Amino acid sequence: MALSTQERQKLQDIARELRLTVIDVMAWSGGAHVGGSLSIIDILTILYFKYLDVNPADPQWDERDRFVLSKGHAAAGLIPVLAKRGFFPEETLKTFNHFGSPFAMHPDSNKVIGCDASAGSLGHGLSMAVGMALGARQRKMPWKTVCLMGDGECCEGSVWEAAMSAPHFKLGNLIGIVDRNRFMIDGETEDVMPLEPFADKWRAFGWDVVEVDGHDFDQLDEALARAWVATDVPVLILAHTIKGKGVDFMENNVVYHYASADSELCARAKASILKEG
Amino acid sequence: MAVVTGTNWNAYDAATMTSREIYGRTLAELGKHNEKIVGLTADLAKTTAIVHFAKAFPDRFYNVGIAEQNMFGIAAGLAKAGLIPFASTMAIFACMRAGEQIRTDIAYQNLPVKIIATHAGISFGHAGTTHHCTEDFAIMRAIPNMTVICPADGIETSKAVQACVDTPGPVYIRIGRGFEPPCYESDNYTYEIGKAITMREGTDMTIICCGIAVLQAMNAARVLAETDGLSVRVINMHTIKPIDREAILKAVTDTRRILTIEEHNVIGGLGDAVGNVIAESGKGCVFKKHGLQDTFAAIGYAEDLYAYYGLDANGVVDKVREMMGMEFEPDEDWNDE
Repeated sequence: MALSTQERQKLQDIARELRLTVIDVMAWSGGAHVGGSLSIIDILTILYFKYLDVNPADPQWDERDRFVLSKGHAAAGLIPVLAKRGFFPEETLKTFNHFGSPFAMHPDSNKVIGCDASAGSLGHGLSMAVGMALGARQRKMPWKTVCLMGDGECCEGSVWEAAMSAPHFKLGNLIGIVDRNRFMIDGETEDVMPLEPFADKWRAFGWDVVEVDGHDFDQLDEALARAWVATDVPVLILAHTIKGKGVDFMENNVVYHYASADSELCARAKASILKEG
Repeated sequence: MAVVTGTNWNAYDAATMTSREIYGRTLAELGKHNEKIVGLTADLAKTTAIVHFAKAFPDRFYNVGIAEQNMFGIAAGLAKAGLIPFASTMAIFACMRAGEQIRTDIAYQNLPVKIIATHAGISFGHAGTTHHCTEDFAIMRAIPNMTVICPADGIETSKAVQACVDTPGPVYIRIGRGFEPPCYESDNYTYEIGKAITMREGTDMTIICCGIAVLQAMNAARVLAETDGLSVRVINMHTIKPIDREAILKAVTDTRRILTIEEHNVIGGLGDAVGNVIAESGKGCVFKKHGLQDTFAAIGYAEDLYAYYGLDANGVVDKVREMMGMEFEPDEDWNDE
């Protein structure tokens, strides 16, 4: 069922607040992977505020849906979402990166409440997600496993080992999402190491591929609704996104792959987020 | 530990089956009693003998093809899902090809993945250096949360496999290709991870060893008793990490001469683990590390390589005689209690 006006508005409001928090985290932490965090905010918002069945009061609830942020450097995107979802107070985000904090540039599942997998070394998440999906099936558990990868990450051979195995194991309870923001540290993906024809590669590996605008909640909703219906083929949502989405001077600007922020830059970034609405 | 039947192995079993074979059969038996156990391999089901588990529990077994990184990542995910994965491949592919998955996905998250690595050391000597693995102790020891085990024979392999099920966190068990003769007569002995076993008492010196070296040290000690009148203690240090400090320090105090033997590079393995304990204790003694002397091994069948590198009984006898001639400075203030 399509999103209601009210539902869409709610998701947009949450995403806007989260983008503002990402900018705060960028300042509090002394620096963050802001571009790739902003590009996935809308995906994380619809996952955590509509699709993922999780319980902040019981974070280790056995039947919960699993989420693996394989592009672990976007912890500055995920961790504010977990805070907003109620896993821990938003106030604690101020400790980000500081001595003794549970929150680092890359997430530690043994420290971050509500985080299902430690990640940071690229190309690891999809294999872990395959394991979680196999585990659900073996234990006759209803949970879905969602794995969000970066596009640059897909240069790693291990991604394709995992990509080959999921359709073989008929993991209809596994959903892959690729944040196709077209940038990696050293430049545009198609210049550094081309991924295209990207969707065809996933199709050739046996995935049911859905391409969406990763900032359009209606398209994301339609794709996730389709993915959530269990079949025996895993779904890959190729989400076309904009690196730095929401902050005009960060969008498609590789300088903001990782950056720190002073109060002036924060103010400018927040003004841009609020202006865009 | 769960009470398990059908895993009572004796010397006949260990002489007629490889350690891998006994591992596979033991795991298949354990699977009957613990439904959390799942198996994984990367196209080496028969080679690692985990095929016995696969046949008994086809719906709890995952063969990922020739993709070790994916296998250990999947194992981490299965452990996250509440299961106890046993993942088997050759040692070299576990600790290096998938080294980062083992370190980051499994050990960093402290997950109960049991890595049963076969063809370790130079046991697959004729396969060539690509398939030798004389670096795994060093790699696995340096990874926090990891328990590192090297059983003496097939009987002890079964003991270790049974014991690791309920050991929290990741465990690395390294076994050879496994046509080595058995060390134990039966499995009627107490086995505890982290607790060394004194195979033979002795007062003149102590050999601390693991894996295939245990039997060779025992044979050497017997020869040395008869021909040289030496009393050599043999300690089976089946757990490399956590190391049994107490057994090491007692041996230093009692015998003051320590020889370590391992089918591994002398850098980073059992010898270094034992040496660290001695050095930090401040006690003086004659100490030698025997193993591969920082070299890639030659090509050849395992028994020829063991002879060439002095890892057979003759080699051990030579080492002991060499060490008995060495002097050390006794410390007047040495507190021997």
